[in-house]
Amino acid sequence: MAIQTHFEKELSDLKETLLTMASHSEAAVKNAVEALTNRDYDLAQRVREDDTVIDKFELEVDEMAIHLLAKAPLASNLRLIMVATKISQNLERVGDEASKISNRARDLAQEAPLKLSLDIPRMSNLVLQMLKGALDAFVNQDPSAARALIPRDKEVDALNKQIYRDLSNHMMHDPETITRCLNLMIVAKSLERIGDHATNVAEEVVYLCEAQDIRHTGKGGSAALQTEMEHKRPV
Amino acid sequence: MAETTLPKITVAPVTQPAGTPANLIAVQNLSLFYGTAQALKNISLGIGEKVVTAFIGPSGCGKSTLLRCFNRMNDLIDNVRIQGAVKIAEQDIYSHQVDVIELRKRVGMVFQKSNPFPKSIYENVAYGLRLQGVSRNSELSAAVEESLRQAALWDEVKDRLHTSGLGLSGGQQQRLCIARAIAIKPEIILMDEPASALDPLATTRIEELILDLKKDFTIVIVTHNMQQAARISDFTAFFYLGELIEYGVTSKIFTNPAKKQTEDYVTGRFG
Repeated sequence: MAIQTHFEKELSDLKETLLTMASHSEAAVKNAVEALTNRDYDLAQRVREDDTVIDKFELEVDEMAIHLLAKAPLASNLRLIMVATKISQNLERVGDEASKISNRARDLAQEAPLKLSLDIPRMSNLVLQMLKGALDAFVNQDPSAARALIPRDKEVDALNKQIYRDLSNHMMHDPETITRCLNLMIVAKSLERIGDHATNVAEEVVYLCEAQDIRHTGKGGSAALQTEMEHKRPV
Repeated sequence: MAETTLPKITVAPVTQPAGTPANLIAVQNLSLFYGTAQALKNISLGIGEKVVTAFIGPSGCGKSTLLRCFNRMNDLIDNVRIQGAVKIAEQDIYSHQVDVIELRKRVGMVFQKSNPFPKSIYENVAYGLRLQGVSRNSELSAAVEESLRQAALWDEVKDRLHTSGLGLSGGQQQRLCIARAIAIKPEIILMDEPASALDPLATTRIEELILDLKKDFTIVIVTHNMQQAARISDFTAFFYLGELIEYGVTSKIFTNPAKKQTEDYVTGRFG
């Protein structure tokens, strides 16, 4: 006998808060990329300011989660609460990356544009699609959609590497552009990290729906962690 | 108990957080003795209106004794002596002017073991109303239906109202007892481990019912199930050896209690 409980209502509130947070994170990425493409200083400034809203959502989700955990939820309810805190952490990081992009966009807007064709728009579209896809998979509780998304992170990584090579070449040929090129490298790196966070969200959706932890399995495992480990390797 | 966030009655005034409901029950320096044994030691606390307040603590800590003070059920036990005061809506319920029967109309009670009368479902709910002098069938039927609906039992029993209440399942019997308690429209419902003998689904139904009822009633519940207290109560009071150790907003008591004894109890280290 299925009954709609007060607890389920509280779980719905948690999901709703998480989705509102997600819409802020998505908007932050969109706006940061737009500020970069349109050389819009004011929009870049706004993205930075809006990041505090996303930070507050992270705190709110955690507070709701600990309150709900005290009620001893079980099975999928338990997984949902745990997954919600992880997704919110990833969304908060997405907001941070959007802030980083907007910081670089502000600097770049004050200098002459580079005469160089880069794949940044394609990369940002791909990353935004991944983020949206992962969140849709969460809303629809669709583990297949979440799994399908994970390999796309490799495309994002490849684009990042390509942009890195293009910018390195450009710097060597025209050292006056070094600062601008470095700024764009940071932008590409941030987009790549957003792809990682979208992948993490997708992995959490699989765990939520199937109770199967696919992180670190070598089958499209946590991209963010792999990247972090690469960073820690001695050069 | 200076760190309590609740409207606790103490000698010194305690700041009440915004949104805290006004006290309906005020316990002031209450001590209770069974003969020479002291079961409650100088308890002071205020209980807000239309909220669920849970009493937790190990067996023998005094939580059920305190609950029974609120409708003077302890009067039925020999050798009980009380010091201090219990006020409901500003009235001292231990004053000589108080009619105990009237008090128990205002303060209903549901026990651990469901105890329907050996009568029909309908008569169980109508019983209190008949005692109050309601005799018109239309009025009784309307009240029985309303109470059974409020107790989330109507749909399950509407076609067999005149069969015995004892034929219901344990969970249904407990909801019948709740329907019987609310039929006479009390202000306060006391519940002493109302779901401890029920299976998980019946427990969920009782918990849902409690959450629904709090919009109309003030509910005080004794429970040994801490997760249950976390799920249904707004405020929680922890008792140990007859003393009120900590009283606060439920989510705080279960996620960050102020006292080590509370922490040890809610994490299962003792009790």
